[in-house]
Amino acid sequence: MAMKSGNQAYLLGYRLYMAVFLIFLLAPLVAAGTFAFNDSVFPSLPWKGFTLDWFFGTSEPKLGMFHDRRLLQGLYYSFVIAVSVAALSVFIGTCNAFLFVRSSLPAKNFFYIIMVLPLVIPGVILGISILVLASTVANFFDDSYTIDLDFLRPGIVLVVLGQFSFVATITSLVITARLRKFDATMEEAAYNLGASQARVLWTVTLPYLRPAMIAAGIVAFLVSFENFNTTLFLVGSESPLTITMFDRMAKGGSTPVLNAVSFFLMLGSGILALVSVLVQRDKTVR
Amino acid sequence: MKNRDAKRLTLILLFAPFALWIVLLILLPHIGMGVLSLREKVAPRVYEFGFDNYLDFFREPIYWHILSRTAGISIVVTFLALIIGFPVSYYIAKIAGPRSKGALFMFCLIPLWVSDLIRAFGWILLLRETGAISGILQWTGLVSQPVEFLYNDAAVIVGLVYTVMLFMIVPLTSTLEGMDDAMVEAGYNLGGNGFTVLRRIIIPYAMPGIVSGCIIVFMMTAGSYLTPVLLGGKYSSWFTQTIYDQFITRYNWESGAAFGFLLLIFTSLVVWIGLKLSGQSLSTTVARS
Repeated sequence: MAMKSGNQAYLLGYRLYMAVFLIFLLAPLVAAGTFAFNDSVFPSLPWKGFTLDWFFGTSEPKLGMFHDRRLLQGLYYSFVIAVSVAALSVFIGTCNAFLFVRSSLPAKNFFYIIMVLPLVIPGVILGISILVLASTVANFFDDSYTIDLDFLRPGIVLVVLGQFSFVATITSLVITARLRKFDATMEEAAYNLGASQARVLWTVTLPYLRPAMIAAGIVAFLVSFENFNTTLFLVGSESPLTITMFDRMAKGGSTPVLNAVSFFLMLGSGILALVSVLVQRDKTVR
Repeated sequence: MKNRDAKRLTLILLFAPFALWIVLLILLPHIGMGVLSLREKVAPRVYEFGFDNYLDFFREPIYWHILSRTAGISIVVTFLALIIGFPVSYYIAKIAGPRSKGALFMFCLIPLWVSDLIRAFGWILLLRETGAISGILQWTGLVSQPVEFLYNDAAVIVGLVYTVMLFMIVPLTSTLEGMDDAMVEAGYNLGGNGFTVLRRIIIPYAMPGIVSGCIIVFMMTAGSYLTPVLLGGKYSSWFTQTIYDQFITRYNWESGAAFGFLLLIFTSLVVWIGLKLSGQSLSTTVARS
């Protein structure tokens, strides 16, 4: 609208720029996805025909992802980690929303900035700092009391804690934003009708927050599933999928089975993204 | 009276999870890292308190070199993301119709849902010697041999710009959407040309968005590990890679912790300077997005 005075050629050039930009956005994703269906042992041109072997192939050299033991294990660990991180983060996000919107917390703005901070600390630093603290505590107990605190050694528990340390900020921001828009008269009406505080929370406020809680949970799940930087330092023998994939990629010369995994993950996140959009849409109907 | 006690109890119950999270997972780990970084190894299992690990950084030119390289490339990436992203945001916020606006915005967010790893993998498949771009160039006859685009600084920059692009577009678009079209029209009516309107009206208006986008992008780039390592090869000399080497490969945690702190101080410093220069504050920029 603002460019009404500009001529047609200008607008055409602008549209062209947008088209190039969108190609730039999609090109690597298309490349990662399509080679999953190429009937060749290298994920590269030329195109040798369509195949589903990289998903369902049962033997080397075309071992498909659903028969690759290590990839499936990685997928399983990633799933366990992501569900734990999402559950923890949604819980604390909801607590924080009430803390920052409803409570009479002194120095609220200061604490709010503290809450946002984990998001601007580089993931690598979060990873090493948690590794350092956990190992120090574990060593101390080992040396002084000969108690072996195994969960403080690199492994799934530490990975969950490391990812949770910054994912909690994301869920808190999402749920807090939703609670801020809450119309307090709805609660008052419930109180006037004689409902107790617990009942109002359970039947009015929490249902109102549910779309935001589900959306925050999905985002937390995806961020955890895809996280690499923090996980790298905290991982033990049970490698989640991203670490397994990275090891193969860094070695180079992998088969298109990695493309199959990429395609599978893109499909998964696409579906989850759609679900979160649909859940959020609920909000406008209300 | 009873009501007040109940309120206090609720406050404490709500504050406890927040406090546990921040103290146990953010504050104490960073203190632990700080203490560790101040330990000097004088003999096996014998430690002294001192700044030696930090002095090492200044004594060895290689570490200096890697940090300044990381900073330099991060600034280039931030600048490129701003230059490329600004027109896109302006198009989404001001030129696209109401229906294509939402679709375009969603479209721009797609890569956000895909893992960093897969994005980097996609660029590897495009850029490497046997990759798609080299293949297409050969097919069109522009080059006669396979061309390697991977494992150089340009590949790292392309990959990083791609990774951080959305974090530039989102704050820019939301700021530009708040701008009244009448302001731009007034600028034209007063005789300004496109460039003057851009420089005197649009950019000053978008400044909070520009600053918050640049801060997030710079932090993400300087702290990234995956993209430089995969697209730049083993010797891409990224500072986070040095930290990883100290921790995992050399098992020298003391110096790794010191380097971690240096990265944190350095990025915070750049962000602080950026905020000062543009007259913005952290809560108006980062917390908004």
